[in-house]
Amino acid sequence: MHSIGYRTNALLTFAVTVLALMCAIVSLSDNLNSPNPTAQVQVSNINWFQKKPNGDDEVSLTLNISADLRPLFTWNTKQVFVFLAAEYETPKNALNQVSLWDGIIPSKEHAKFLIHTTNKYRFIDQGSNLRGKDFNLTLHWHVMPKTGKMFADKIVMSGYYLPKAYR
Amino acid sequence: MGWISDQIDSIKSLQFRQVITQIVSLGMIVTSALIIWKGLMCITGSESPVVVVLSGSMEPGFKRGDILFLHMSKEPIRAGEIVVFNVDGREIPIVHRVIKVHERQDTGEVEVLTKGDNNFGDDRLLYAHGQLWLQRHHIMGRAVGFLPYVGWVTIIMTEKPIIKYILIGALGLLVITSKE
Repeated sequence: MHSIGYRTNALLTFAVTVLALMCAIVSLSDNLNSPNPTAQVQVSNINWFQKKPNGDDEVSLTLNISADLRPLFTWNTKQVFVFLAAEYETPKNALNQVSLWDGIIPSKEHAKFLIHTTNKYRFIDQGSNLRGKDFNLTLHWHVMPKTGKMFADKIVMSGYYLPKAYR
Repeated sequence: MGWISDQIDSIKSLQFRQVITQIVSLGMIVTSALIIWKGLMCITGSESPVVVVLSGSMEPGFKRGDILFLHMSKEPIRAGEIVVFNVDGREIPIVHRVIKVHERQDTGEVEVLTKGDNNFGDDRLLYAHGQLWLQRHHIMGRAVGFLPYVGWVTIIMTEKPIIKYILIGALGLLVITSKE
């Protein structure tokens, strides 16, 4: 009845239960945080704009991204994954999301940043629809917790246009 | 030594009725585990509701040995989501992030491109030969929750099967010999 086996078993079960409960509470506490981060993005230059040999449009942009994501960090935040996507509609596709830049923010100290960059991933359309196209730039973020539920949200910025001719 | 002979004595002293009770309780444990697993499958809509991260391609977000909880809803797949997908001709599912989405106007079908956060390039090299995009049917679920370290148990068990047999044997012995 009171053998060492039973005592270890009881202790282990209790420890795991407490740990699981603590993880659940910590994850739930993330819901108390209602963040309001800010972001601005400018397209400072169209580096080149062309039709690829297979007929798809491709464009290269230079971007100025500034954001303040510090409100996203809580005690249960391991990192924030942030990315900027161009989103637009074409006759063929109801939605196109093309990731242009992404980054991993490891801590609150790095969460306010200003970046001047060309697009990290190729901005290629499925087809030839990019001339004169208006598109949204959306800053998405995924909060990765130390444990528990992951959170995601975005800021949509509209009113960006691509040139009417290749260059 | 005393402990072992006690255990042997307790096995010897088992009554027929007790044996039946033990078998029933063992059966209860196995079936309740099965019920929980199948119940999770129904709730999450994913054929494997929990996966263990096996590679470091999503570091520092997910490390080897972390556990991910999957969910498969009807909602469309969007850029930024972490999905688990199967590639034709590959046994092991991959957990990576969606970086490009193209959703058809007429049929609503999606074509997505994925990339591991810690990898330099996108996943086209991992896909089947000549495959440029993932379709809906490749995707088994999207990751919604995360629990660190727990997956090491299964990694150790698959890599060192001896430990698995010892553990199962010990647990079995414990269930058979316990009197309560």
